[in-house]
Amino acid sequence: MRLSLKLVGVMSLSALALHLFPEVAGAQEIAGRIYGDFPFIGGRVAVWGAAQIHLLFAAFVLGVPMFAVVAEAVGMFGGDQKYDKLAKEFTRLLLVAYSATAIWGAILSFLLITIFPNLWVYLAEIFEVSMWIYVGLFFFESFTLYLYYYGWDRWSQGRAKLGHLGLGLLLNVFGTAVMLIANSWLTYMMSPPAEVTSDTPASMIDAWGAFANATWMPINIHRAIANLVFGGAIVGAYAAYRFLMAKTDEERAHYDWMGYIGNLVAIGWLIVLPFAGYYLGRELYEYSPQMGNTLMGGFMSWLWIIQAYLIGVLFLAGNYYLWVGMGRIPGAERFAPYTKYMLVVLVIGVIVWATPHTMIANREEVDAMGGVYHPFLGVLGVMSAKNTAVNIMILTTFLSFLIYGRANKEWTVPWAKTGTWVQAALFVVAAAIVMFYGIYGYFVSAIERVDFSVYQVVAVLGAIFGVGIIHLFMLRGAKSRGAIRWGQMPPRSQYALFILAVTFTWLMGLMGFARSGIRQHWHVWEVIQDTSEWAATPALGFAAIVISACVLIFFVLVAFIFWLGGLAEKPIVSNVGTGASD
Amino acid sequence: MGKYLKHPLGQAVLVFVVAYFLLDFGIEYIPPLLGWASAPIPNSVLLQYLITVGVGILLWVSDNDARWAEFKAPMHRVMVDPGQKTLRNSLMVLVPVLVAFATFNSVRPSVSAPTTLRAIHPSAPGQFVFQGATLQLAGLENPLRSQGSMEEHYEEGKRVYYENCVGCHGDGLDGQGHYAHGFNPAPLSFQDDNTIATLVEAVVFWRIAKGGPGLPNEGAPWNSAMPAWEDFLTQDEIWSVIIFLYEQTGNEPRTFEEEAGGGEAE
Repeated sequence: MRLSLKLVGVMSLSALALHLFPEVAGAQEIAGRIYGDFPFIGGRVAVWGAAQIHLLFAAFVLGVPMFAVVAEAVGMFGGDQKYDKLAKEFTRLLLVAYSATAIWGAILSFLLITIFPNLWVYLAEIFEVSMWIYVGLFFFESFTLYLYYYGWDRWSQGRAKLGHLGLGLLLNVFGTAVMLIANSWLTYMMSPPAEVTSDTPASMIDAWGAFANATWMPINIHRAIANLVFGGAIVGAYAAYRFLMAKTDEERAHYDWMGYIGNLVAIGWLIVLPFAGYYLGRELYEYSPQMGNTLMGGFMSWLWIIQAYLIGVLFLAGNYYLWVGMGRIPGAERFAPYTKYMLVVLVIGVIVWATPHTMIANREEVDAMGGVYHPFLGVLGVMSAKNTAVNIMILTTFLSFLIYGRANKEWTVPWAKTGTWVQAALFVVAAAIVMFYGIYGYFVSAIERVDFSVYQVVAVLGAIFGVGIIHLFMLRGAKSRGAIRWGQMPPRSQYALFILAVTFTWLMGLMGFARSGIRQHWHVWEVIQDTSEWAATPALGFAAIVISACVLIFFVLVAFIFWLGGLAEKPIVSNVGTGASD
Repeated sequence: MGKYLKHPLGQAVLVFVVAYFLLDFGIEYIPPLLGWASAPIPNSVLLQYLITVGVGILLWVSDNDARWAEFKAPMHRVMVDPGQKTLRNSLMVLVPVLVAFATFNSVRPSVSAPTTLRAIHPSAPGQFVFQGATLQLAGLENPLRSQGSMEEHYEEGKRVYYENCVGCHGDGLDGQGHYAHGFNPAPLSFQDDNTIATLVEAVVFWRIAKGGPGLPNEGAPWNSAMPAWEDFLTQDEIWSVIIFLYEQTGNEPRTFEEEAGGGEAE
């Protein structure tokens, strides 16, 4: 009896202790396995690779439904069936990609649980409700996708078609909600609320505060746009693959058109992506100047030079594709002489954007420069020059789209000439504003200069909007100089589409590493320290190897999916060769 | 000569050669003619510029079917035309020899210090310990700006500078001190628009106080020879030398953003 009383006493005290210090109890439960391991490549690289490949597939399956549903709506309300068929083919690609996303998501979850169990328990304690909602949404998203695809032909008329379009919208709603939830987990690791410290028990953390943390919304916006860009690029690569494998002129025409749409979506949304990236960067700086400085000026800064080059490749490849494509548009020869000037502007833009502030130089070169900055080229290494370059490149790319769009048009509106002059004036004014603030930025303090980039962005977006509206009105009643000869595209143009897809993928990996790597030796910034053997931030060269390997694995799987797409059923070829004029 | 320059291949070669001379020599010699300082361009940057120009040229010659066919024609002829056998065989020898030479040059042992990928903007921590006291960097202002005479602070800063800093950072605050050439990387020039002009005074204070040994682990190794001046100077001496640096160079310190509480937003 005395023993029992003693036992009851000990149990009561234990229960009290557990109640008062639940986090200690949690720590004891999982003591002995703070970190797991993975054969050959180590735990960190295993999780890194799984997360990266999962994200690449996820970006694809979130981006493609957005423009699939738009294409379906265009087909439905515009009466052009080829858009409907295009949307269906987009969606067919989604089915397998969706499974791949789920598989890699499961791999990532299991690797996280086995390799970083403490971190997993910590995050689960804060985000458990959102994790349950996440799987629920995932369930609904899956079945909506199946209904959307398999119901395509059944619900193809009247109100049923409207319902089908609703399914497409619902698919996007579920997909976006899933993304928002997952973003909250990773952004919490970057920017936990200020009141959360290393002593704050997970159970005491306000779940909504953690969910809607400082970088959550900027990441949401940045990723939503980037998903569209990425989806467009992968669809473009798929079309290029099909184009090169095509056996008939009809197939070539269809996939040429599909590639054009993919490129249009990718480059069109790429134009606004830098603005979303800039917003994310500003929010990061506001949250932690230290983190922001590590990202932009510290050891991650070299990634921005690589990024500048990769985005330069995107702009060059996207424009090149349009210029080559003008060879199959009657009337485009009027504009051909101007493309070389646009190319010169783009090349100068890439050169300026990719000029490093601190140059890789040997001892003699540093001595000759009189320091680490080049006395003349140093001016190109700062944000004033880079913002100016990228804005001018965006304007130039928009100009490419514009002349592509009006290549085979003959205006019938009486004010066409005036409209063209107004468009030209808008371009000139926007370029002048961009240049003015770019140069003026050197003469004011850094704190004033930061706002100049906003003025530059507004000028460029304003010009794009204004010129685009005028273009749409000028299209009214415009005559065609002849239909676009879809399919008559040289094969080299299709490699530009492959380059776009690979470059986007690589870019996502590199900048994803930058975003995640700025946490340095923290799992959760300044809250939970990484005490594993992989705590040190990897060198850029090592990171580049891991990311390149992820890109390779992703494309091997994507190639398999493309091949599978052709194996399952015959391509959905729409008759774009006749009657298509734009 | 004229017919070669009308051919896309000739034009491409000409553009590349002109670009090379403009970049390699133009950047060094043309700005001084206009009164701007310049210097030779480092090889790494020259290479990246030339690659960009080369890609641009390839895009230009290939964005039109006729031009692309014309561009390739001479190369195609050299590769298959029986009349071009001598040239073809010469190229078969010359190209591998050039590649071998370039390879040899790239792996040949050299006495030069290797070029390294460096970042020179260390991230200041949120807080740091200065002579035993913890200071929050965000919002840390130079206290001397709101007390005493600026002229006296300037004079005091000048004394501190000439007793401690001038050897490396130079009489003109341009990083050209007597010992400067012994260091790699060279000491920073405060005259440059990209050094103290982009920093809040608090970061400059941290940098001076902690010197090379206090630089953060990220981005290491830093190769900074600057001592941790908190071991030799008082807090006021450091703040006064900061006033001297800004006054003497005509730079304005960056200010903290009101909302952000940080001033490194670029």
